[in-house]
Parts: sequence; structure tokens; C-alpha cells
Amino acid sequence: MKLLNVSGSPHVHGDLSVKRIMWDVNIALIPIFIVSLIFFGLDALFVSLVSVFCCVLFQWIIEKFLLKKPTSISDGSAVITGLLLAFNVPSNLPLWIVAIGAFVAIAVGKMTFGGLGKNPFNPALVGRVFLLISFPVQMTTWPKANNIFDLAQTAATTDATTGATPLALIKEAVKAGDMSVLQNLPDYWTMLIGQHGGSLGEVSAIAILIGGIYLLCRKVISWHIPVSFILSAFVFAGILHWIAPASYIAPMYHVLSGGLLLGAVFMATDMVTSPMSKSGQIVFGIGCGLLTIIIRTWGAYPEGVSFAILLMNAVTPLINKGFKPKRFAK
Amino acid sequence: MILAAVIVLGSIGALFGLLLYVIAQKFKVIEDPKIDEISEVLPGANCGGCGKAGCRALAEAIVKQGNTEGLKCPAGGNEVAAKIAKIMGLEAKEEEPVVAVIRCSIACSANEPKSHYQGMKSCAFAHSLYVGESGCGYGCIGLGDCYNACQFDAITLDPKTGFPIVNDDKCVGCGACVQACPRKVIELRNKGIKNRRVYVSCVNKEKGGVARKTCSNACIGCGKCAKACPFDAIVIENNLAYIDYKKCKMCRKCVAECPTGAIVAVNFPPKPQAQPTDTNENNDK
Amino acid sequence: MKTFPLGGIHPEENKLSTAATIEEFPLPKQVTIFLNQHLGAPATPVVEKGEKVKIGQLIAKAEAFVCANIHSPVSGSVNKIDSVKDMFGIYKNAIIIDVEGDEWVDTVDLTPTIVKDIKLSKTEIIDKIKEMGVVGLGGATFPTHIKYMIPEGKKAEYLIINAVECEPYLTSDHRVMLEHTEEIMIGVSILRKALGVEKAYIGIENNKPECIAAMTNMATQYAGIVVEPLKVKYPQGAEKQLIKAITGRNVPSGKLPIDVGCVVNNVGTALAVYDAVQKNKPLIENIMTVTGKALAQQHNYKIRIGISYNDIIEHIGGLPDDTAKIISGGPMMGKAIVNLEAPTTKGASSMLVITEKEAIRAEEKECIRCGKCMEACPMGLEPYLFSALINNGNIQDAIGEKLMDCIECGCCMFTCPANKPLLDEIRFAKNKFRQTMMQQQKK
Repeated sequence: MKLLNVSGSPHVHGDLSVKRIMWDVNIALIPIFIVSLIFFGLDALFVSLVSVFCCVLFQWIIEKFLLKKPTSISDGSAVITGLLLAFNVPSNLPLWIVAIGAFVAIAVGKMTFGGLGKNPFNPALVGRVFLLISFPVQMTTWPKANNIFDLAQTAATTDATTGATPLALIKEAVKAGDMSVLQNLPDYWTMLIGQHGGSLGEVSAIAILIGGIYLLCRKVISWHIPVSFILSAFVFAGILHWIAPASYIAPMYHVLSGGLLLGAVFMATDMVTSPMSKSGQIVFGIGCGLLTIIIRTWGAYPEGVSFAILLMNAVTPLINKGFKPKRFAK
Repeated sequence: MILAAVIVLGSIGALFGLLLYVIAQKFKVIEDPKIDEISEVLPGANCGGCGKAGCRALAEAIVKQGNTEGLKCPAGGNEVAAKIAKIMGLEAKEEEPVVAVIRCSIACSANEPKSHYQGMKSCAFAHSLYVGESGCGYGCIGLGDCYNACQFDAITLDPKTGFPIVNDDKCVGCGACVQACPRKVIELRNKGIKNRRVYVSCVNKEKGGVARKTCSNACIGCGKCAKACPFDAIVIENNLAYIDYKKCKMCRKCVAECPTGAIVAVNFPPKPQAQPTDTNENNDK
Repeated sequence: MKTFPLGGIHPEENKLSTAATIEEFPLPKQVTIFLNQHLGAPATPVVEKGEKVKIGQLIAKAEAFVCANIHSPVSGSVNKIDSVKDMFGIYKNAIIIDVEGDEWVDTVDLTPTIVKDIKLSKTEIIDKIKEMGVVGLGGATFPTHIKYMIPEGKKAEYLIINAVECEPYLTSDHRVMLEHTEEIMIGVSILRKALGVEKAYIGIENNKPECIAAMTNMATQYAGIVVEPLKVKYPQGAEKQLIKAITGRNVPSGKLPIDVGCVVNNVGTALAVYDAVQKNKPLIENIMTVTGKALAQQHNYKIRIGISYNDIIEHIGGLPDDTAKIISGGPMMGKAIVNLEAPTTKGASSMLVITEKEAIRAEEKECIRCGKCMEACPMGLEPYLFSALINNGNIQDAIGEKLMDCIECGCCMFTCPANKPLLDEIRFAKNKFRQTMMQQQKK
């Protein structure tokens, strides 16, 4: 007989693993990926491929040659970072910029802190914000989405066609004091489907919701962060709209446009950088929601989700200290 | 405009300066300057060998007590003790330097392990679970609690077996490893001239036969060494021999007498080889 | 259906031996009886080498407060009193008896008739339980009589019988409830009398519908005993969780069940109490599940104490080749054993054979702060935080975060996707803390 093993209890383990969680997130991102292919064509594919490949490559290089430890690329977390980064940039972004973004995301956003589990900020957002600040022109030039219902037009549209995102339109309108531009805004239905200008992954609300439901079913995320995020953004924007409908856009636009849904479902819920307790998660979500609307309404940038999440990431340790789980018999 | 700014900022600065001064005066803690002086001469490793939380805590304790009775820095040794005595205006006492000695022959590492341990890499935890991979309930577990406790890099772990090896030159005798070892395998013993030491390398308190079964180098408490010792330095208690290093004159008679090789003499030059007589004796037999 | 509110997990049940009826385990040639069969101080032997003993004869007496009498499980002669390796390889004192014949002491009622009348008074019952060396058979082996010595100023209101058997694999309580239903009810009645309460709840998880049916049926004859079906969730069998699930009362941190008017006993203990009080039979045997995925046959044995694990293994026809771990108790809270020559003790409720695939712990990864450990913790603690603090050597802060409230159920470690040895670290810190407290007390 072989040697008996000895260890402390428990002697059995559940089927949950880091790998399973990470690949579940990747699976949940598939619908968004497919939608981005439909609307933005091959460009979307190239951006995604380069982003994922570079993220995985940089992680492998850093772990192998700098840290000199066994690589952990198979756990899928670098793939998530790559996909999320790609979903947060326009499809016509030059590929070398994507590679720089991937480098910042993995090397600066993740590995400098010690790799998965130790990064205080969401790596994909670190990469995205770095690109946004460094390459503002390229990062805010959006290609028009293909019209899937009109194939002839699809063929006719070339890559050169660019258009503003709904949020950019609103910002311009508010700045110019000319709300007539808002007539050009896509309707809710279009925004739900995703047929409007924007980053790869943020256009289609339905695809994001499908992914979110999958994650909820697999218990990778809980409802607390997405719901409190979206709800607080909706309520805050609603109050503003109710006070002055002329200068503040309807709350539903805020929810459906830009990266709010993608951020709420996939990026704010990043386990590593969000609070641990349920009450803390709700506080985190509300903070994200409020900051997003504040930045969108009064900030210099038309979009505020990335900044809002990164800011809340920074206070996560504080939230963890202040919001403990409910103790037994208390 | 400039004037206004200068006045406003200047007055704010003056106000805060005043405030700081008042608070600093009000909450002033008068500390004996000796504490700082003693902290200065202590090694600053915060090893905990003195039994205090750190070097400064020891300095505070010494100043509070007024003498070094029962308080000393084991890591600093006589040199530091002399400096502290000077600061305190006391007479320094010379003490023999000590070094950590691992009292386990670790012969079991040559044997097959009896079980396979999984889990937290901590001797203390493994000890709370069971006897350990070696099957000896007294000996070294080899998960490196002493290694982690040592602040002076004096303990290395054998890469093959995981068992600790003490570097005599680096060990300052602070005793942190003695505290960390859940089985009290490690003992502080006098360093000895040229690091020469004679000690019983076993802490197994089981009865002779049982101890023997567990480990080929175990002390079986037979008492031969005690009888052989001309200086009464060896006592047998709980089936275990112990050599009092204060009495031991390092004649090494016990080493030759020990049937299991549990008593070891380290750092002695090889014995003058009495080859001719040995071979003759063998031939006679 | 009731259950406790916070945390909890659903491990794979693997109750393989539910259908196996209780078999009498044959006596071996020699038994080894540890003087430390229970929680607390070891008992003092009252027999000498060479002395003849009968089954049920007192061989070691409880002298300390937390201690229990030990009786001979066999008839024969005392071979020696010596230190013997226990199942963890640590030497402990034990009485070794060579088995000769099958002779019981006269006082024991060996007839199969069920004695319903409870003749003894309250104090007599407690004395009897103490005399017969009954200990808690739920795993902790705490001497039962102490639980019934209610401290001044406290009052028991409910007796709670733990029959949830929430641990995977274990089926001994399941079989006992089916085969000794009436005895258990009488045992519960005795315990109610000893406690001076009317109301007793028997908590059973609803993965044992036949037990619930049988017990509910029998309980109709015993007014005041209520069978409470509970939703399946581990660790329902933990004292605080069970009290919360059944009565809704919270046992605060650092308090005992009696502080909220409850006394909890295992269903196996109720049977032992029946045997002790009605049949005058000391606790010399218990029901033990012998199970494992790789075993050809699953068993529930009625087994005398002091029979070695090797005897059991021999009886079931050897261990399968890929045996990698043997556990005494359930897979969530049981203890891995190394020395198969060691004998079983009073609390041994199972021998669980674990295959290599199940036994090997997966490689530890970095914590991804997913918070699953917090979700799983039935005490509402933060295991991830404990782990981080303990690894930084900061046990004091971990104590401040209520480390000592941990009931060591293992839910956190079971769920942890990074395979962190969370419970190892928590136990390590708890031990360290207890040691420092003891050192301080000495000073």
C-alpha cells in the first residue's frame, strides 16, 4: 500500500477553481464578441486578437523571464484582460496602440503588483484609461456600426465613415447649448441591439445582459454590484433630468449608452478589485453609478465609467474595512 | 493683491505654527534619553530573542528597571551588553556566547517517510495534527518554522530533506528558533572553543526499545554515557540523556560509549589515528 | 422548511452505506483501550496487569471534572497497561486486554425487550449517565453528564437532538434512527427528565425522508417530542447553527447553548443513554460507518471500542489499492489517521477510505478575493482576511476580527477556488493564541 496522506480537515474540496471562474467570464464575453464582429466586421476581430495575444504574451514573458516562476497564463485571466481591453476601444484603433494598451494593462496594471489577486485596479481599465489619455484622437474616433438590416448599405460603407457616440453628441450639445443635435440620437431599440457608434463591446446592451445572466447563473458574480451601479446611475440621472429636462438627458440614455452596462456587469464586478461583503458591494456600485453620471455630466470627458470604476477600486480596501459581513448572532 | 495673499497666507501659516507649538508642548512626552542611546547600540533586528516585542521595547524595559537583571540582548552578546552597561552606568557581566543546536540526528530523513503530509507549511500546525512524516513524535518535523523565525539567516534548510542546518558563525543565539520550534528540538548551548561541542542529538523521551524502533540514532536512555562521564555532566531523565555544557570538559568519552550514536561531537579535528594498534586488534580477532 | 440563515455549503452527499443494516463486528483477539477516550483528562486505571475482567466492568475511573469512566468492552485478562501509539502516532496510555470468552457483568440487562418505564429520578439519571461513561457521540466526545449539570442561574428550556448527520458519507445516525427508533425516543425522554424540560426537538435533514417518517410516527406516542425536518445544508449539525435553525435563537460569541436555554445532544448519545439508564449497559460500543468510494461493500457496524483499524480492514477484506487517506469521522471535520494499528475510541463514528483522486489537495494559488469563503462561512466571518493576517504573523488582529468564533466547519476551505489552506491557517492561529493565553495565565 502507498503512504497515507495526512492533512487537516476538510478532506474534500468543491469543484470551484480560479480557472473555472476565469473561463466562465471568458464564455460570458462570447456574445459581446459575436455582436462586435457583426457590427464592426474584421476590424473587431483584429483588435480583439491582438489585444488578447499581447496580454497573454506579456504575462508569459514577465512571469517567465522577470519573475522566474511557473506561468499562470492557463488560468485565463490574461485572456479576460485582453478581451475587456479590446471591448473598450474603437474598432478602427491602430493595432500598435492596442498592443501598447495591452502592455500597460498587464505589465503596469497587473504584474507590478504581483499578478492576479494583488492588483488594486482593474487591469483592462488601467490600459484603457492610459490609451484614452495618451491617444485621445484615436480613442474617440468611432466607426459607424454596420447596418445589419441593410446589407447593401453595409457593403457601401467603408472604414472611413466615422461618427460620434451618443454620449459625445450629448456632450457637444450641452456645451454648445444647442439641444437640436439630440434629434440625431439613436432610439432605445437601436441602442439595445447595439447598432450605433462606440467601442467594440459596449454597443449592444442585449449581448452584455446575456453574458451577465450567464455569470449570475454560474454564481461568478452576484447581483449586488451591477444592480446598484445601474440603479444609482439611473436614479441620479433621473433626478437631474427631472429638475432640468432641457440640459440633462433622459436617464435611460445614460444606462444604455457608453460603457455603463459593460462596466457594471463585467468590470466593476471584477472580484479582485471589488469589495468582499455584500453591503460593501452595494456601496461600491452606488459609488460607481454616481461618479459615472457626475463625470459624464460635468467632467471633461463624455464617458466616465472607466474613471468611476478605477476611483472606486481605489477605495475598495477602505470599503472592506468599513463594511463587514453580517456576523452570526448579531 | 499680492499683499493680500501674503498677509492671508502668512497669518494662516503663523496660526498653524502657533497651534503646532501649543500642541507639541501640551502633549510632550518626556522620555529618558537613555532609551534612545540603548536603542542605538542594540542590533535593531527586532528578533524577539530577549522576550520583548522589539529592540526599543527592550531598551525601555532596561531603563524602566534601572538595571539589566534578567534583561539582555542575546543577539548582541557581550559587546552590546558592555555598551548598555556603560550607558546605564553599571558593570558589565561577561557571559559565554551561545548558539542554537538542533538536537535531532535527523537519521529518519535517510529512512522512508511514514506518511505524506499535505497542507499549511508549518511545523506547529503539523505537530497539532499528528506525529509527522518521520513517525517520531519528538524529533524535527522539517517544515521550517525555525527557518522562518531566524532573523539572521543563520538557519538553512537542507534542500533534499527540508531539515534545518545552523550556521554557527551567523547564529547570534537569540533563541527565536527555540521559541518557534513546537517540539523544542532546538536548544541554546555554549558556543565552545572553536565551535567545538558535545551534545545528545536526540530529544526522544520514549522508552529505549520504542525509541530505537522509531529512529536508529535515538537516545535510548541506557545510561552508559552517564557512567562513563568523569565529570558528572550527564543526567538521564525520562529515558533521555542530557549533557550539562557547564560541567562538560569535552573529553568525548561518552561519544565513544553511546551505542546508538546519539551523542555527537562537532567541529573536533579528526582523532589521531591509532591505525597500527587497531589493525592488530582486528587481526587478533 | 427551516435551516440556519448565514452561509453553508452543499457538498456531494455520497451517503453510500444508507442501505447497509447494522452488523455486529466480531471480537478480535486483543483490544486496546485508551485512557483518553473522551474530551478532557484521562481516566485512572483501576485494574492491574493479569486481572480478569468481564464485559462492562469498570476498568478506568474518572477522577477529574471533565472525564468519563471507561468499561471493558470484552471479557478476558489485562495483558498490560502501557503507552501505545494512537491513530495519529502519538504515544498515550492504554489498557490492553486479551479476549477470552464472552462473559458480561451481572448487572447488565441483556434481554432484547424494550424498557419503557423511566424509574430513576432526575439526579439518579445524571449519576447513571456519569457512571456508565456516556460521552457525546457526535464527534466531540464531551462527557454527557456535565452538560446536564446546569449551572446556577441558568435554565434549560429545550432539549435538541442532533440527528441531521450533515457530514457527507456518514450513515450511522441514519441506521440507528431506522433500527432503534423506539429506544431513541425513550433515550430522549430520559434526557428530558434529566434536564427537567418538556419540549424536545429532533432535527433531521430532509435527505433522510425514511428516518423523518419513522421518527415522526414514533414521536406521536411521546408527547413533547417534535421531529423537525430541516433543509439540507452543511454545517447544520454544528451546535450554534442547529439551535438557530430549530429555535431561531442566537448563541452569542463565546457563550454556550445553555445560555439561551438549550442543550444539544447527538441522536447516538440518546441511544447510549437509553442503554445506560434502562439496560444498565455502559458505553462500550458504538455504531461505525465503514465506507468509501473505492470499497466494494459499505458497512455499518456495531463495534466495541478498542478494536484496531487493522482488524476492521482485515474484516472488510483489505483496502483498495488506490487508498490515499483514511479518515476517522466525516470528510468535512474528521481527522486523517496514520497509524492503523491504533484502536477505535468511543467517538469513532466512521472509518472513511478516501481514494487518491479525492485526497490530493490541489495546488495553492493566489487569493483572488472572490469572497466565496465569506459567503460560505456560517458564522459570518472573513476567512480570507484571517489568512492574510495570519500569514503576516498578525494573529492579534485576526483575534480582533473574531477568529475565535470560528467553528472549524471547513466551509471556507471547501469553497476556496484558489485552494488556500484557510482552515489550516485558522487552526494554527487559534492554537498559537491559546498557547500565548496559557503562558500569560501562568505568569
